[in-house]
Amino acid sequence: MKPLLEKLLAAGPVVTDGAWGTQLQAQGLGVGEFPDLWNLTNPAKVEAVARAYVEAGSQVILTNTFGANRVRLAETGRAADVPAINRAGVEISRRAARGAAYVFASLGPSGKMILTGEVTADELRAAFAEQAQALAQAGAEAIVVETMCDLEEARLAVAAAAETGLPVVACMVFDSGRDKDRTMMGNTPEQAAEALSAAGADVLGANCGQGIAGFPPLCRRFRAATDRPLWFKPNAGLPQWVEGRATYTTTPEEFVQSVPALVQGGANFIGGCCGSNPDFIRAIIRCLRG
Amino acid sequence: MEEIKKLHTAILEGDAQMAHEITEKALAAGIEPMQLVNDYMIPAMAEVGERFECNDYFVPELLIAARAMKSALTLVRPLLAASGAEPAGRVVLGTVKGDLHDIGKNLVAAMLEGNGFEVIDLGVNVAPEQFIASVKEKGANIVAMSALLTTTMPAMRTTINALKEAGVRDQVKVLIGGAPITQRYADEIGADGFSDNAVGAVTVAKKILAV
Repeated sequence: MKPLLEKLLAAGPVVTDGAWGTQLQAQGLGVGEFPDLWNLTNPAKVEAVARAYVEAGSQVILTNTFGANRVRLAETGRAADVPAINRAGVEISRRAARGAAYVFASLGPSGKMILTGEVTADELRAAFAEQAQALAQAGAEAIVVETMCDLEEARLAVAAAAETGLPVVACMVFDSGRDKDRTMMGNTPEQAAEALSAAGADVLGANCGQGIAGFPPLCRRFRAATDRPLWFKPNAGLPQWVEGRATYTTTPEEFVQSVPALVQGGANFIGGCCGSNPDFIRAIIRCLRG
Repeated sequence: MEEIKKLHTAILEGDAQMAHEITEKALAAGIEPMQLVNDYMIPAMAEVGERFECNDYFVPELLIAARAMKSALTLVRPLLAASGAEPAGRVVLGTVKGDLHDIGKNLVAAMLEGNGFEVIDLGVNVAPEQFIASVKEKGANIVAMSALLTTTMPAMRTTINALKEAGVRDQVKVLIGGAPITQRYADEIGADGFSDNAVGAVTVAKKILAV
């Protein structure tokens, strides 16, 4: 295990952070606005989101760089800004962390499918390598490949991230099939664990896609399939339409009811995805540390 | 022509080349285009849908089956059009204004085309005016909208209202889908149908047009 991970995990399960997108919206991010561009145009507000997680007790925070790859940024005509947006994203989270939390950089999917020919494997390989290098050069302490739906794309992203020499977390979305234990493309936790380990992931897991109740079974299957540390960031349920606006209805108290099962199942890193906020992080910490 | 039975398997297994070849031979042997569609292609796509629903097929299998169906349809469609046969429906489809996510929308397009619908794909970030212009120009009878984000889904309501104001709401059925969308939301904004997956979208489209 890489020294950083060994050090982090020595004292038991590590608490990560919660959602960024919904928190940025609370800071005024508009509909259709690309969140990652705020690293350049609204850094103080991005830092406020990061700092709220540090203050809540997150031991690891992520960066506002989820969509900062060339393929996605090209849609807004900002492909040339990939290095600057990623650099700023890491710098913002590092300022917010002030040494009190580790900064793991977020690297998300391209939003295009290889299978339909919208994007090629070579284009993805180049895009992820560019982003991963920019994140590493800016001082990220690890790279989190997250919210992946296609195992092939995830493998390319993990391999690009591993090239930097940093620890790599790899997690996919399991939201398909009768039991919600498959990725959109039909892959199982066992297949993900095997392929992503081979591609160079140090930590494996799942994020987004469903509420936390579905995560302990996924966690147990990952644990049976691998000895590597496991990372989970469930949603605060699925959005409900309440009085004209989309709302995540799971409360922090409801959320943490499944945290003991995750820990017993072998989870090493726990946080939240869509709809979660610093209150969820505080609740997880109370649950774990009593 | 015994070989024609393999058309079903070719579509089911997503063998586009085989589907194309068999269709070509069948047409050359004088088999009616309509019979090919009704007796072989549509049942094959129906089985693809069933396999998806019972966890046997996932998105990759859907996509390659739809591609095989499409390769057969490219041969049959001109003949059907020449004989005056209409597509199952004309669908104007797009991801709503402010939203750039298109994977779900593209899956729905592929499945609708594979099931005999004519699809006019307007792409992502589609403004209400673009939906309206396309409905008028193409004589569409379905408007299908997709949104991935909770922040962009209100554009579905805006678009439905714009269709009303433009006086074309009554000539189309509105279908919606996407990660945050629910039946309840569809009811609330007055959409005619909702599906949370691409196979279901075809079922709903057929149901609301009664085809």
